[in-house]
Amino acid sequence: MRRLLNVRPSRGGRFFLGFFPLAAVAVFYVVASGARHAANNSDKLLPTPGAIWAAIERMAFTVDPLKGAIPLVVDTAASMERLLLGMGIATAATLIIGLVIGLLPLVRAGLGPLVAAIAVVPPIALLPILFIAMGLGEASKIALIVVGIAPFMIRDLASHVAAIPEEQMVKAQSLGGSTWQIALRVALPQAMPRLLKCFRLSLGPAWVFLISAEAIASDVGLGYRIFLVRRYLAMDVIIPYVIWIALLAVAMDLIVLWISKRFFPWAHSARES
Amino acid sequence: MTAPVLSFRDVWVEYGDKIVLEKVELDVAPGAFVSIVGPSGAGKSTFLRLITGQETPTRGRVLLDGEPLSPEPGPERGVVFQRYSVFPHLTVIDNVVFGLDCAGSPIAGRLFGAKRRAAVEQAEALLAQVGLTHSLRAYPAQLSGGMQQRLAIAQALIRRPRILLLDEPFGALDPGIRLDMHALITDLWRDHGLTILMVTHDIKEAFKLGDRVLAFDKRRHDPQAPHRFGSTAVYDFALTEKTRAVPKEMEGLLPRGETAA
Repeated sequence: MRRLLNVRPSRGGRFFLGFFPLAAVAVFYVVASGARHAANNSDKLLPTPGAIWAAIERMAFTVDPLKGAIPLVVDTAASMERLLLGMGIATAATLIIGLVIGLLPLVRAGLGPLVAAIAVVPPIALLPILFIAMGLGEASKIALIVVGIAPFMIRDLASHVAAIPEEQMVKAQSLGGSTWQIALRVALPQAMPRLLKCFRLSLGPAWVFLISAEAIASDVGLGYRIFLVRRYLAMDVIIPYVIWIALLAVAMDLIVLWISKRFFPWAHSARES
Repeated sequence: MTAPVLSFRDVWVEYGDKIVLEKVELDVAPGAFVSIVGPSGAGKSTFLRLITGQETPTRGRVLLDGEPLSPEPGPERGVVFQRYSVFPHLTVIDNVVFGLDCAGSPIAGRLFGAKRRAAVEQAEALLAQVGLTHSLRAYPAQLSGGMQQRLAIAQALIRRPRILLLDEPFGALDPGIRLDMHALITDLWRDHGLTILMVTHDIKEAFKLGDRVLAFDKRRHDPQAPHRFGSTAVYDFALTEKTRAVPKEMEGLLPRGETAA
């Protein structure tokens, strides 16, 4: 008998094993919803699939006569703009600051403690400061995402760059590389796949900060919408919105993974792909 | 005698009150193949790090062609380590072209056009000599350990260094592969007229490849304060074809858990 830890599922088996829990959750929901509606036909907590579909049609395929736009589309556009701007700024800052901190001991001594200090502050605690300093508009929401994820990303990238083996650095110098050439040709390319990995890992926290900021002060956005309809116990809107957010997050994750494999094949072992 | 390539003048290396190397006094002639052996902790690596520029002497001077050695690694000293010598994100050909990129392109860090083609040609010629012609587009992770070391050697030679430093270059390889590498490095040494310093744990390898063997160890030993005496070159053998065998006095030299095989 093989040990359990050596039993690996086949391709089809893996698909089934992954599909089964998802399907089980869906079936469980439908059964529970049916049971609640049998007891009380106007139950709002677990809307029936039909009610959810009606809400999807209302939110995703129907133009809202008051706003003149499809709610899901404007919410998604607003949220994605904030998320991508925030993550873009955080990623760009990480690439420059993290690379320099990792490569240059002088900068590490100077900036390391500052980044470490910022990283331990809970970003949500900074939200009032951001609202006061930048107003309730887009800037403070984007800033919250940046402040929330950039310190973590910078520290991770800096430690990754600092961990490039000394042998490689000596070799590069013995081939005549200057600080600039080594940063450009040795550190930067080896930092890039790690940066993309950091980006993927930071997507989760970035969504948390986005939804929080939108819940507190906003008039459009995915987070704004679900906190707005919460007042009416509108689970039929909240559930599809949450699933939509999950799909967006998965799609972004897969796109960045694809980019990493496409442009940095050496960083992905054959087994992984 | 011709002027030495590399000279050590009364070199000491100390960390705090721990003395690692003491009174190292050596000249290395151009074209020499110097093997460096000795037990662990005898300062072989420190000695090599002095030459690469990763370490500076506490006292004394290291001279390259009569000039004080630059205290950081530079292109006149090529180096091959046991591991991590090649860049994992560059293909075989780009690993070798990198040295020419650095020499010819201070801002962009890479050559373009005709210069790039000339550099690739030069790199290909060198890779052909180490037997990597068929793997030019591969990444190092796709190569075996022996092929990675071949690449590391080609990469180190592209800038035509005055001296080539090898830090246990074949230590991680299978015995058969190691024999191939011995033949390769001997050929390169003769064909390119290289000056080589090689640190090795393998005393047979040291005597087979080198034309001079340095053994590092402590000359004196204080049982109360062992750290107060440093190592130096206690044996210095010039080898000819007749004296390739490991001499008697060397056999007892690696007592502390080191084997000669």
